Amino acid sequence: MSTPETDVPEFPSSAKLISSLGLVAMISGLLVVLVYEFTKPIIAENQRLATERAIFKILPNAVTRLTFVVKGERLELADDKNTGELIYAAYDNNKQLVGIALNAAAQGYQDSVKLLYAFQPNTGCITGFDVLKSTETPGFGTKITSDIGFLANFKCLTASVNTEKSTLNHEIRTVRHGTKQHPWEIDAISGSTITSNAVGRMLNQSAQSLHPIVMQNLDALKKAQEQ
Amino acid sequence: MTQPTKQEAPLTMDVFTNGLWKDNPVFVMMLGLCPVLAVTNSVINSLAMGIASIFVLVCSNTLVSMLRHFIPKQVRITTYIIIIATFVTLVDYMIQAISLDLYNRLGAFIQLIVVNCLILGRAEAYASKNNVLKSAVSALGMGLGFTLALVMLGSVRELLGAGQLLGYQVFSTQFEPWVVMILPPGGFIVLGSWLLLINYFKQRKIGKLIAAESASHCSIKS
Repeated sequence: MSTPETDVPEFPSSAKLISSLGLVAMISGLLVVLVYEFTKPIIAENQRLATERAIFKILPNAVTRLTFVVKGERLELADDKNTGELIYAAYDNNKQLVGIALNAAAQGYQDSVKLLYAFQPNTGCITGFDVLKSTETPGFGTKITSDIGFLANFKCLTASVNTEKSTLNHEIRTVRHGTKQHPWEIDAISGSTITSNAVGRMLNQSAQSLHPIVMQNLDALKKAQEQ
Repeated sequence: MTQPTKQEAPLTMDVFTNGLWKDNPVFVMMLGLCPVLAVTNSVINSLAMGIASIFVLVCSNTLVSMLRHFIPKQVRITTYIIIIATFVTLVDYMIQAISLDLYNRLGAFIQLIVVNCLILGRAEAYASKNNVLKSAVSALGMGLGFTLALVMLGSVRELLGAGQLLGYQVFSTQFEPWVVMILPPGGFIVLGSWLLLINYFKQRKIGKLIAAESASHCSIKS
């Protein structure tokens, strides 16, 4: 019969515990770095293609586009690999500006949610959007892009800039379903108010900072394709 | 430190097939139900989640089995979680590289494979006690069984909820989709229905076996 002393399992030394955890962490780190480095350019290219598809989806009359990066109050011609705030100017066959595609992002439950939306500088309207990235619970991306009532908000969501070109005339905000009164309000999806509010918040934030810059550089944007 | 079993049972076909049906992780063990209910609103989502889970399950079980003599018992769960999280991160990058659209549709559930109790359960209950080959084969069987269950749910939900299968229209345009099927309650309804059907056939089979056994006893006595 075994004595109580022999029943007690031997506790491994701290060095043993640390070394085993260290080895596993090292293998883990190595694998993650290898796969990250391998997939990084592929993911970047996928993101570029997704952005391109989204631009031509939300601005259906466009045939070409140019990328600009925001530098203070100015816009500079850039490529898609450029870091910083990018905006996309889209042109038709006659090299006429048909609209601007802008990024909007907000913190979701899991990670940031990114949209690309179309802004018409001539009318001051937001006329559509597409979800670029969403790691939210499935349903987020599909509901805001498929609910007919919600999409009706974007026939012309007013986001015009004041005469000083410093800020929006009216703040974009989401209102409860069925209570929309003004063209700068978004009628929320019934039963999906949090999602609708997130869209309103991110559009307002982006429009407040980017629309004044777009309007200040509108002439340059119109002429950019001709050069 | 985890001790290996004194005499390991040999690798048989059962190691692979048990996970497929007899001990199916969803229909029998009821493990990993969160992604089962959440992402099975279409066949393609179910397949993608299934393949991602197979990859994580096979790789993590293989690595756990390889390191089983080295990992002290006191830190085994921590180690398993690090290993599982590593392979989930790899799957996350790989799906982004394969298709961003698919990645967006699967949403948070790719990252949540880390906490799928099926994977940790197999690492603790099987891979830490068996050799690499058996652990990998068993994980493959379990992964395929998990995928099979996901696809069984996904096909019913997509068919009734959208009138489609793998994105192709199956029913005519006059078919009114049962929207509830692609919403969360649809997951519970379809899972419950499959369990009902499977258990009904299981009970019927058991009943027949008992009847056959008692008939043979009677014939022996007479």
